[in-house]
Amino acid sequence: MRTQLLTTLSVLALSLGGIAACTDVVDDADEAELEEGSDDAKTDRADLALTTIDADPPEDAEIGKVGVSLSNLSEMEILFDGIDLARISTSFTINGTAAIILAMYMACADKRGIARAKLTGTIQNDILKEYVARGTWIWPVRPSMRLIADSVLFANEAAPRFNPISIAGAHVRDAGCTAAEEMAYTLANGLAYVDELLRRGGDAARFARRLSFFFYVHMDLFEEVAKFRAGRRLWARIMKERYGIEDPQAQMFRFGVVCGGSSLVAPQPYNNVVRVAVETLAAVMGGAQSIFTCAYDEPSQLPTKSSAQLALRTQQIVAEESGVARTVDPLGGSYYVEWLTDRMEEEIRAVMKDIEAYGGAVKAIEDGWLQMKVARRAHLRKQHIDSGELPVVGLNCFRREDEVPAPGEVFRLDPQASARVVEKYAAVRERRDNAGVERGLARLEQAAAKDDENLMPYLVDCCHAYATVGEMVGRLTRVWGEFKEPVRL
Amino acid sequence: MSVAADPRLKGRRILLAKPGLDGHDVGAKVVALALRDAGADVIYTGLRKSPAYIAQVAVDEDVDALGLSILSGSHLELVAETVRELKSRGAGHMALFVGGTIPAADRDALSALGARGVFTSDMPLSAVVEALARALG
Repeated sequence: MRTQLLTTLSVLALSLGGIAACTDVVDDADEAELEEGSDDAKTDRADLALTTIDADPPEDAEIGKVGVSLSNLSEMEILFDGIDLARISTSFTINGTAAIILAMYMACADKRGIARAKLTGTIQNDILKEYVARGTWIWPVRPSMRLIADSVLFANEAAPRFNPISIAGAHVRDAGCTAAEEMAYTLANGLAYVDELLRRGGDAARFARRLSFFFYVHMDLFEEVAKFRAGRRLWARIMKERYGIEDPQAQMFRFGVVCGGSSLVAPQPYNNVVRVAVETLAAVMGGAQSIFTCAYDEPSQLPTKSSAQLALRTQQIVAEESGVARTVDPLGGSYYVEWLTDRMEEEIRAVMKDIEAYGGAVKAIEDGWLQMKVARRAHLRKQHIDSGELPVVGLNCFRREDEVPAPGEVFRLDPQASARVVEKYAAVRERRDNAGVERGLARLEQAAAKDDENLMPYLVDCCHAYATVGEMVGRLTRVWGEFKEPVRL
Repeated sequence: MSVAADPRLKGRRILLAKPGLDGHDVGAKVVALALRDAGADVIYTGLRKSPAYIAQVAVDEDVDALGLSILSGSHLELVAETVRELKSRGAGHMALFVGGTIPAADRDALSALGARGVFTSDMPLSAVVEALARALG
């Protein structure tokens, strides 16, 4: 457990990387993070990469604002320069273009002569919740599901130690859902992926061992512990009863968490350090495999280096000093937590039943029904905070008029950073074999038109040729079209 | 407790928009629901719209106010560009509001660009509605 805590990277490296915008700054940050007691490299993709628009004007205002710019293999080569890919575990927070980024990571390993089988890490690759909450979708739901099945099945073969999907509830929770809804939507999406993988001929006993999950932790400590305990119980049961999976490894519910998010508020920002510490405790006692702690200034800005470092130290203090990580499930047997876990399980089942009655997660998302439910729930939560029914210290109670509203230090992006990224991008397009790129892209487009073809080998080939993310996305969009966002409020 | 209907907003047309690549839309949707409760006609663009597209919709729909929701840190650039696009369509006078993850240090700069109000998630919905009602009332 201690090691598990330590393997997690906080926003630190990522924000440094992301904010710094330029991959030449990013790898410094990653190295700093690796030195600070983490053997894990986590990369938050910039919105550019998240939504697959290349580093090209007119989007240059966005370069590097949310994460690392990775528009082609050359940028990934810089990002991981001097880092042994066989020794680290890399976490990619990427969804819309996840298959492409995974292909790029494999191409990066290939170029360095590292066997793909040695790669370890996790890629989020959960598109369903993007339609519901985070918004980095590109294509309609069904071809997106196909691409996820392609990448999971391909990774199971090529890089069996890599977690090719992390089914996430975090985003809907942060959007306003309750703890039970967060878990229910996540498990419902999980079932949709399992069904799709089975439809594509996957072996459940095999791919289920590599499914992982991702959640937010909010402030109600025992409720959060109950949420994780109930989710773990339910998933194992579903795997066994619905899919007949007997292997306990394939029933496992491995998950990472983020502490913070919308539970943090801008007024009295240092209070957030305390919130993150409480949430980290809840995550450990709920049995999280990996923990990511938000910085206290995130409600008002991108984190600074020092706030991000404090977030990392928070989990290190919990891991090293508090002793809570000495045993698993330390609250098991508590009358209150057991009761809460049972009640949570009932609530989760009820929400899952509603989704099933509607026609399943995919249909509920295509229709915008789930999005509408989340928006209304967010509205309700906001009303509860505004009225004081949900107390938030420093925001709706214990507030002082004379206090300094925010930390003084504001992160500023190097104004030259985006120009450097655009320059590098243009240079790669000059240097590469453009005829080879075109051949790869044409083959990708042809394969995309056939439903039963796994697209991953084509994407890896395109990455090897230094095709850009935008070029690959463009070809797939020609075949699949774009998702039309259903706006229901 | 939802916000109360406000006669100053009754029938007023308000466009809420998400410029740039940021996909966080909860704030925009919550504000849309609150303004609707207050009596306004709310149009929401959906995600990832360009400033040019947003300005064009604002003009075509003949709205009384435009709210931009930005949580990516790109608010200064995107607001400036939206204002340019509005001006080029002769709509520079439109009441413009900005919401999102906005450092306090950037508020003055946004006001200078023409924002009539800057909203963050810690503000109650009633304050957002009141600011709009005052601007349009």
